[in-house]
Amino acid sequence: MKHLLSTEDLDRAAATSILDTADNLKRALLGREVRKLPTLRGRTVITLFYENSTRTRVSFEIAGKWMSADVINVSAGGSSVSKGESLRDTALTLAAAGADCVIVRHPASGAAHRLAGWLSAAGTSVVNAGDGMHEHPTQALLDAATLRERLGSIEGRRIAIVGDVLHSRVVRSNVHLLAALGADVVLVAPPTLLPVGVQNWPVTVSHELDAELPSLDAVMLLRVQAERMHGGFFPSAREYSIAYGLNENRLGLMPEHAVVLHPGPMLRGMEIASAVADSPRAAITDQVRNGVHLRMAVLYHLLAHEEENS
Amino acid sequence: MGIPSRGAPLARRLAVKIAEFSGVEVPTGTLDVTLYRDDLRRGPTRPLETTSLPEGGIDDRLVVLVDDVLFSGRTIRAALDALRDHGRPRAVQLAVLVDRGHRELPIRADYVGKNVPTSRTEDVAVLLDEFDGRDGVVLK
Repeated sequence: MKHLLSTEDLDRAAATSILDTADNLKRALLGREVRKLPTLRGRTVITLFYENSTRTRVSFEIAGKWMSADVINVSAGGSSVSKGESLRDTALTLAAAGADCVIVRHPASGAAHRLAGWLSAAGTSVVNAGDGMHEHPTQALLDAATLRERLGSIEGRRIAIVGDVLHSRVVRSNVHLLAALGADVVLVAPPTLLPVGVQNWPVTVSHELDAELPSLDAVMLLRVQAERMHGGFFPSAREYSIAYGLNENRLGLMPEHAVVLHPGPMLRGMEIASAVADSPRAAITDQVRNGVHLRMAVLYHLLAHEEENS
Repeated sequence: MGIPSRGAPLARRLAVKIAEFSGVEVPTGTLDVTLYRDDLRRGPTRPLETTSLPEGGIDDRLVVLVDDVLFSGRTIRAALDALRDHGRPRAVQLAVLVDRGHRELPIRADYVGKNVPTSRTEDVAVLLDEFDGRDGVVLK
């Protein structure tokens, strides 16, 4: 694997192999005093973030450091980007400075793809850490790792993704990945928050959360992305919360074994009630924990093999 | 401690034999060394295997590493590095089923099933019931 840009590029075998690597890494590090592996010694990983992030950036940084790579963080605010340097020039600068891997987050859909095209000649790998409303593949992979851990398997499981589907890159990555892994995905959202063309996705669509709950193995809640909303997508936050928020009553409608996921950051009281977020049924902190191992696995698959000629 | 893949069942079998002959129960484990290899960038991505330490860890104990074939010695170097991150054994020894020569590092085995002189172009494959349906050593 040279780049990780989209879960659409992963078939079941490729996805499973990354998940298995993450599993093994997690077990290899369990209970160890020294959480440091020499695997990527001498490799340089740069995170290039044009949007804010806590967990993605931190977990990529920890992942790189636990594998002994040198990790450097570049953010748009503190770099020459604020002087007007283009994405292409910034990327070529990082590659020339010796980056083996650039992890990029950008508000424009397709930015990671463009970057991969520019950097392939330099032999630098690109990981998409979120591009606009397009994809966020490592988030989907860590969601799948968490589901596999909690449910034992993904094949044939019924998983609902609830909320702001329209603006979510997490959902696009998850739909492709979960379909490849054989899950049965249902999107639950008001019609205003569903994208055009959703009928061509490998999912079913519903507007009634309560009707779906009893048959679910897992529910994934999405943050309502106010920063990408320029218009009235629903009458009020309160009304959205009443129709689509996961509260304790709704949690009771789900089967005992069903788990609750949220990619974060959460808006407590909006899409998820505080009591649900803190309940043992929620796997939200597991997702963050698994995120580190999963991102270690991604770096391993990208950097720990011989050069490919692409 | 067996080094996956084929060292792992060999280590378990040795522990059973030791228990049979001497009545001493020897704890076993597996030690995956992939993340410590120095040749990761010389081939396609290697899948990781399981590491499981014996109950009580390895601190201040005698650890016998078990592998199927001893060749360049690089796997054992990686195993020694991996072991260091898991604890501080009293001593480390090495048991292999086949020593085929051609060492590239100053490493030797303490227990050898059979020394098999080979040429570099030959391939020594250890077959185990657990993986291959039968036991055997094949020289190709």
